Amino acid sequence: MNDKKLIITGVIIFIFILIFPFLYNLGGTTEFIDPVLSEKAKAAKFCVVPKEDMKVEHMQILDVWRDTVVRKGERVYVNSDGKKFTMSLSTGENSCLGCHNNKAEFCDRCHDYASVRPYCWDCHTDPKEIK
Amino acid sequence: MNVNYMLSFIIVLALCLLSYLGGEAPGLRYLFGIAIPYLAIVIFIFGFISRVMGWARSAVPFRIPTTCGQQKSLPWIKPNRIDNPFSKSAVILRMILEIVCFRSLFRNTRMAFKNTKTGMRIAYDWEIFLWVAALAFHYTFLVVLLRHLRFFFDPVPFCIQILEFFDGFLKIEFLSNVIQVGLPGIYISGVILLAAVTFLFLRRIFSPKVRYISLPADFFPLFLIMGIAITGIMMRYFTKVDIVGIKEFTMGLVSFSPALPEGVGGLFYVHIFLVSVLLAYFPSSKLMHLGGIFLSPTRNMTADTRATRHVNPWNHPVKVHTYEQYEDEFREKMIEAGLPVEKKE
Ligand code: HEC
Ligand code: HEC
Ligand code: HEC
Ligand code: HEM
Repeated sequence: MNDKKLIITGVIIFIFILIFPFLYNLGGTTEFIDPVLSEKAKAAKFCVVPKEDMKVEHMQILDVWRDTVVRKGERVYVNSDGKKFTMSLSTGENSCLGCHNNKAEFCDRCHDYASVRPYCWDCHTDPKEIK
Repeated sequence: MNVNYMLSFIIVLALCLLSYLGGEAPGLRYLFGIAIPYLAIVIFIFGFISRVMGWARSAVPFRIPTTCGQQKSLPWIKPNRIDNPFSKSAVILRMILEIVCFRSLFRNTRMAFKNTKTGMRIAYDWEIFLWVAALAFHYTFLVVLLRHLRFFFDPVPFCIQILEFFDGFLKIEFLSNVIQVGLPGIYISGVILLAAVTFLFLRRIFSPKVRYISLPADFFPLFLIMGIAITGIMMRYFTKVDIVGIKEFTMGLVSFSPALPEGVGGLFYVHIFLVSVLLAYFPSSKLMHLGGIFLSPTRNMTADTRATRHVNPWNHPVKVHTYEQYEDEFREKMIEAGLPVEKKE
């Protein structure tokens, strides 16, 4: 019957869509380049919390920081080692971007790869960009 | 308690435990992270093809479109072009509306006894909630699926980024010692997916009529999808996983050079194991309505039986003797006997 041709075409299209990610990546994938630690961060050796936790929880830490600064007016964070940090995205030496002063090779590298676009930069700035 | 849903629930729970252990035990990670997902995709593809080709091979002996409107007939009778499709293009339109809007489900009614002035009477109510939940469920499933493509493409296609943008419109911020909502941003589709699948489950439990006709095969996919959504939401908002590590792993999977992610816990293995089970189970289950909807003879045939003859492909080639041939054979005798004939030499 001529329906069969139509059905086979449909199935082929469906399977093509299904395996498209495989076909697209046949030529090999681009390797993820690890985020670069700035000289300053290297010197500091330690982030706010251990690296493994930082990797997955940094947005929640930022959320708490924001809340603490804006609602409670406290601007200094003391971590479990007793180290002090300025609770800020980009202001001061001891803030995220103060230490990681290479946003493009650090924050953005992960975010671009994982397709995350933090809306923070609608208002906050990277100090490097305004200089 | 009901055997049907308890059975499905226990099976899904066992699958979760199994894969959790598999993810936590280093020796089994390869099996649960790489071997089973590949196997599941292969089963899905071949199972899907064989199911659909099985349907394609079966004959359609009758023209059985279900119609909900007036068929095209005399010029002064208004036909319903979509609900009683007379032409191919009308069928295509009807199919698109069915697949995109679930039109036949929209007409869902509920029968119940109603107290009226004239006593207890049977009444049919329009019941829209099943349609709403089904529509929400299917569309959010699609959106979640498409959003997951960020794990399989590098760079992430622009259309996926647009989808993420609109899906993440809900910028709720809520902070307390117990629960923290806001960062990472909430994707509304994941939440609605879980809510809708929960509704579909509760409907099967609380409506006695639906419960009576529900089998383990109805509950199993619901629990499976519930499990996938719960583990996904746990990973994103609560226990947290290393997304970059996972993307390196999934990119490895789709480029046939898989390497296990480091430091990713059991929950992720539960997530992909349940997905693998869903894929492998798909072709042999009721979920095949994904392909079946396109091949439903009650939907995809034209209702033009008065105008064109439908030939059953199963028909044995019957030798026919038409009236014309009959008349040719007996014309003289018929004229002699005074019988009316159509052609008089
Ligand atoms: C005093 C300097 C300093 C500050 C301030 C700081 N970091 Fe770090 N950060 C580091 C160092 C050093 C590392 C690497 C730690 C390691 O390798 O163990 C790091 C690691 C990280 C990582 C993991 C990178 C990877 O390769 O996996 C992330 C994410 C991160 N920081 C984000 C932040 C954010 C967000 C803030 C602000 C809340 C912040 N950091 C504040 C020094 C800092
Ligand atoms: C609508 C604009 C806006 C957006 C979007 C925004 N912020 Fe802010 N943020 C502010 C303002 C205004 C302050 C107050 C600055 C101050 O008092 O020093 C602030 C303060 C903060 C602070 C503490 C002070 C400092 O110097 O950083 C943190 C941390 C912070 N925001 C984090 C974030 C994060 C993380 C995001 C993204 C998820 C974000 N903000 C998005 C406007 C914004
Ligand atoms: C190791 C890679 C990595 C590095 C380095 C990194 N991030 Fe992230 N970040 C992520 C990932 C992955 C997410 C998304 C998590 C998710 O979707 O569950 C994220 C999410 C966020 C979010 C929440 C965005 C949202 O809308 O969900 C903020 C804010 C953020 N990162 C800020 C930063 C800042 C500031 C830096 C640099 C100081 C940074 N990150 C460095 C990987 C990284
Ligand atoms: C092999 C396939 C899959 C992989 C590797 C995978 C991986 C992941 C990961 C890593 C997360 C966490 C996302 C984050 O933190 O941002 C997640 C979330 C989620 N996953 Fe999956 N997943 C897969 C398939 C599926 C499928 C088929 C579904 C069913 C629709 C699904 C439903 C969800 C949901 C609802 C979430 C919650 C967060 C959100 O809405 O994005 N996943 N998945």
